[in-house]
Amino acid sequence: MKIFNVGKEIIENKKISSDYYRMTFESKEIAEQAKPGQFLHVKCSDNYDPLLRRPIGIHVVKNNIIAIFYKVVGEGTKLLSQKKVGEELDVLGPLGNGFEIFVGLKLAILIAGGMGVAPLLYLAEALRLKGTETLVLIGARTKKLIFFKKEFASLGCKVKISTEDGTQGFKGLGTDLFKNLLSDLPYIALKEKKKSSVYACGPPEMLKEVAEISQQNNLFSQASLEEQMACGVGACLGCPVKIRGGYKMVCKDGPVFNLKDIEF
Amino acid sequence: MNLSVDIGGIKLKNPLLTASGTFGYGEEYSDLIDLDQLGAIITKGITLKPTVGNPPPRLIETSCGLLNAIGLENPGVEVFIKEKLPYLRQFDTPVIVNIAGEKVNDYVKLAGRLNEVEGIAGLEINISCPNVNSGKQNLLFAQDARWTYEIINKVRKEITLPLIAKLSPDVTDITKIAQAAEEGGANALSLSNTFLGLAINIETKEPKLANFTGGLSGPAIKPLALRIVWETAQTVHLPIIGMGGIMEVDDALEFIIAGATAVALGTVNFVKPKAALEIISGLEKYLIKHKINDLRELRGTLRRRK
Repeated sequence: MKIFNVGKEIIENKKISSDYYRMTFESKEIAEQAKPGQFLHVKCSDNYDPLLRRPIGIHVVKNNIIAIFYKVVGEGTKLLSQKKVGEELDVLGPLGNGFEIFVGLKLAILIAGGMGVAPLLYLAEALRLKGTETLVLIGARTKKLIFFKKEFASLGCKVKISTEDGTQGFKGLGTDLFKNLLSDLPYIALKEKKKSSVYACGPPEMLKEVAEISQQNNLFSQASLEEQMACGVGACLGCPVKIRGGYKMVCKDGPVFNLKDIEF
Repeated sequence: MNLSVDIGGIKLKNPLLTASGTFGYGEEYSDLIDLDQLGAIITKGITLKPTVGNPPPRLIETSCGLLNAIGLENPGVEVFIKEKLPYLRQFDTPVIVNIAGEKVNDYVKLAGRLNEVEGIAGLEINISCPNVNSGKQNLLFAQDARWTYEIINKVRKEITLPLIAKLSPDVTDITKIAQAAEEGGANALSLSNTFLGLAINIETKEPKLANFTGGLSGPAIKPLALRIVWETAQTVHLPIIGMGGIMEVDDALEFIIAGATAVALGTVNFVKPKAALEIISGLEKYLIKHKINDLRELRGTLRRRK
């Protein structure tokens, strides 16, 4: 598994909806190494303010074209959104450990909270290639913030939506929807270890809830975590997550962790 | 053209080092940079026993800078020797091991242990980490000239390896501390560790770092670190490894002109992993342009404005 630091021409930097952008560039070397769940460490500014790179999950990889999906939340992402097609993007990656897709995996339950939906699309594509039945729960505050419903469906995934304000799909949290669905018989039948896995990506409160529900139902679950990062490669030790017995680095040992190991 | 330098007996092919805590134990960056091209690598700080480090958040980005409170997380000296050092030994680049402790005796034991290990070119004595309890009476060892002298002197007696003292910039008079380190037997100085800093969350009214304060690094501190190097170079004649906000060749040149024998890169590694190679190449270009044959000719050439 190799890491690259490359400067690539921006092919697209498209505003998808207010504050949300998709950026693409071509990189054969990164495309050949990348796995779902990994991220890129992106240089946003050309000077020293903001100083650090921003870690952004890989959204899609197709024919050597890499896409990231990001939200403008501060100075770094604001600068990123202002980059023009043809400009050079300096990226470091692919970084991190990626989601685990077991041999013989029969059912994947993807739980996406807010922005967490972006890296899960890459996972869904990989699961499709393996022929794994995939259920995707996309949850957000409101209908406007639900993304990629069509894209997941076109990959053959069964998609269920939840919005906190009820403007689309189930009214409530994605984790409540998850709980309800588990009481559906076919899914309980596949609780055999390594025949099914939950893949979660979203805010910490959501992941904690998914961890509890998974544990109560004896389901194997993995989540992609986020933490402030400096180096992104496991050198500076700045992005720890508390696991049983100490700390692991989100950038190198993660960002994907077995949910039962995380001490929330 | 000669870029080679001598740091207290350690011969480096060029004056670029990687600063402790920013380059792990080398392996993490091996895909991105040819470690054989570096002047030397200074490892992450090692303690006698494994250290777990501080809880998150350990990092906060600041304007042109970075506040860190890692807390010296490391696997301890025995695991370092067995699992981390072998990788570094394959390269043609000297390995300087940074050592840290809470009590004077920790440093003495650590130094004694590492002195017997093959593949180590020198020790950097870390008496200046602002994120752990390395000192007495709420001060760091490096904030007191007598304590600095005592630790350096005690370690000096234990080892034959070159000894580099890494000092704290949070002092009234760096030259006093530097002199104490020199008298204690240090062969070189690392100037300097991070500056103690603070960031506050205005909604929760809590510090942004879990450990409360942290060490500030990056471009924001360059003018301060540069002044520290210059002040010290005026009074103490030990070789100095200058560090603090060096991002590109111009910064490195400023430190050399101020009196540094070599420079260490820290925070820049997170932004531009290949910075060391860019700077080495930049130094070569500068020497050619100014018809200087040996980098040594440039050292300490800062003069008053005419």
